[in-house]
Amino acid sequence: MEHIPILRMGDFLLITVQVDMHDRLALQLLEDLTARIVDFGTRGVLIDISALDVVDSFIGRMLGNIASISRILDAQTVVTGMRPAVAITLVELGLSLPGIRTALNVERGMEILRQQLHANRFVAEEALQEEGADVAND
Amino acid sequence: MSPTTDLLWSSILTHGGHLPIRTPEDIVLVRTAVRQAALHLKFGLVDQTKLVTAASEIARNTLLYGKGGDVLIEPVLASKPGLRLVFTDQGPGIPDIDRALTDGFTTGGGMGLGLGGTRRLVDDFKIVSAPTEGTTVSITKWSR
Repeated sequence: MEHIPILRMGDFLLITVQVDMHDRLALQLLEDLTARIVDFGTRGVLIDISALDVVDSFIGRMLGNIASISRILDAQTVVTGMRPAVAITLVELGLSLPGIRTALNVERGMEILRQQLHANRFVAEEALQEEGADVAND
Repeated sequence: MSPTTDLLWSSILTHGGHLPIRTPEDIVLVRTAVRQAALHLKFGLVDQTKLVTAASEIARNTLLYGKGGDVLIEPVLASKPGLRLVFTDQGPGIPDIDRALTDGFTTGGGMGLGLGGTRRLVDDFKIVSAPTEGTTVSITKWSR
């Protein structure tokens, strides 16, 4: 069985799609990725598609599903490196990838994931402090 | 690429050729063949991408709804060079083509973008279908 490699980088998972995916391979990626998110407690997923010269509705839908499922599993997804010709074609096809965070390249994508992670930690700490204050007031 | 596939490409590029659409892997082969043919005809990058994407959408319809079929890839020469792709299946056919061409219409768990969206990606789009007689979709894109 073929698999798209999923690399672990600290709190994040990194996927660079290097081959033209057939439909089963795309579905396999979705399955593998969700299992990894749960196994590692991953907070962010970056998918680089700069090597893809075609993104059709099936692959587009798969990217959307990955983003939605990751969100439910408490992980953010960023799709990076989409080629301009692919972006033009997707929009003309009627697929504007709603709900998918994108970035021009991997570097910016990682930056977005780090910011999200810090923002979440900040909110979590604030909530903890407020809880502490409530207890003190009682 | 093996010598056999090289031979297949050069034959498709010069004379046109049929490719089977029986498995999801065949859809990838159709994408690759259409890309090669479009490159050969000096299509611009965006036009290549649009045509390959359109081919991928229709090839998937041929596989999922038509229960498999094939595609004829043929260069056409008019005032400018173009590429025509004719997808044929012997599946159950489409009862209401106008409805199938509406954005958002789907029966197979897709995104309902298949036909309506695909039509926007090409210069010419023809579909012939009758219940129980299968479906033929012909798309053409011209090199600018």
